[in-house]
Amino acid sequence: MWYFLVSDALTFGGLLTAYGFVRASSEDAWPIGEQVFRALPGLEGEYPLIYVALMTFILIVSSVTMVLAVEAGHRNDKNSVVRWMGLTIIGGFFFLGSQAWEWSHFIHGSGGSFLLAENVTVTSDDGETFNLTKGDPVFMDHHFGHLAEPWLEGAANISLVESDHGIKLVEVGEHSHEAALHSLTLNKYIENESHVSGDEAMKLWNARSETFAFGANMHDNEYAIQQSYANFFFFITGFHGFHVFSGVVINIIIFIMVIKGVFERRKHYEMVEKVGLYWHFVDLVWVFVFTFFYLV
Amino acid sequence: MERDDLIVNDSYALNAHHSEEEGAKIRKNIWKVTGILTLLTTAEVMMGIYFKRAETFTWSMIKWTFIVLTLVKAAYIVLVFMHLGDERSNLKKVILAPYMLFIGYLIFIAITEGFGHLGAFNAFH
Repeated sequence: MWYFLVSDALTFGGLLTAYGFVRASSEDAWPIGEQVFRALPGLEGEYPLIYVALMTFILIVSSVTMVLAVEAGHRNDKNSVVRWMGLTIIGGFFFLGSQAWEWSHFIHGSGGSFLLAENVTVTSDDGETFNLTKGDPVFMDHHFGHLAEPWLEGAANISLVESDHGIKLVEVGEHSHEAALHSLTLNKYIENESHVSGDEAMKLWNARSETFAFGANMHDNEYAIQQSYANFFFFITGFHGFHVFSGVVINIIIFIMVIKGVFERRKHYEMVEKVGLYWHFVDLVWVFVFTFFYLV
Repeated sequence: MERDDLIVNDSYALNAHHSEEEGAKIRKNIWKVTGILTLLTTAEVMMGIYFKRAETFTWSMIKWTFIVLTLVKAAYIVLVFMHLGDERSNLKKVILAPYMLFIGYLIFIAITEGFGHLGAFNAFH
């Protein structure tokens, strides 16, 4: 198991180094983790890093329950092994569920962005002046962006309504609702963001180009100019998630063998120790992914 | 002559057992390490939320603190949870030495060349 882990660790080391290389050689600003990942399920508002911190904690705790299962194995205490391994598997499922939500949020995005078709000078709500150039991204809020995506795709039941108070998108039919363009955001993910509203926001909206991005996929993403940001996120966290998934499957197999008393008859629980090693390794990799994707 | 290359009922698995008292000591250590890992992660998250990113000396120090804390966490996981700390010294070296050598070199060369490329790019444009 150790030799497999060394080779697997080299794979992850190579991936994270590749990420570092692309990031170091990038000409455009790289997105800031705590500004990209700041949502919590079911809650409005901003909670930077709290969700990933929770995921990290879940994985650390499941690593602890695993090491307690191994310790119980050394005492041939079958009931304790069953209890701790069971908890480890539950922790693994919690982590996988959290990662699914994280991916879904990353893919859907939070409002989307459009690129400017011309140079614009705007004043933000706190009085700062920005000289934006063609191709700079501008970010929409969550509600407006939610309707803007189908509207751009030509959905027949959504229309743009202009009035003295600005513009809004109106959806009619089954889920009738509307969203006004209250304010737009500059520098959302790369430095301390600024909000622009009212007539200044309309200046930005009127200077929009055809290029919109909503969330992230394999072709474009709203978070960064560089597509490699989204691609690395998908590949590294996806590859790690696949390791977690296989870890859970292997844990379940050994769990069933423990319950059936296979290791009790064998008089030692070395298999629990081996899958434990793999499980700790998964936790170990996450510690690094957490640092390099979300913190640094 | 007595052969010493055969393993007769002397396997690692059967000898890895420990008593209830030893177990209690090990469990105490596990909970201690859990506390340390939780504390370090909390500290990292707090720093990540509190400090705003900028091209300053403070921020680069914070980045290095993140990396050092990560390595400390990794050491605890590998040495205590994966109990590499209790293995024979030869196994330890076989596992750690190639990794440190190759990845250390890879990181050094990738980051140097990455920034080097960026410098060249800025110089020519």
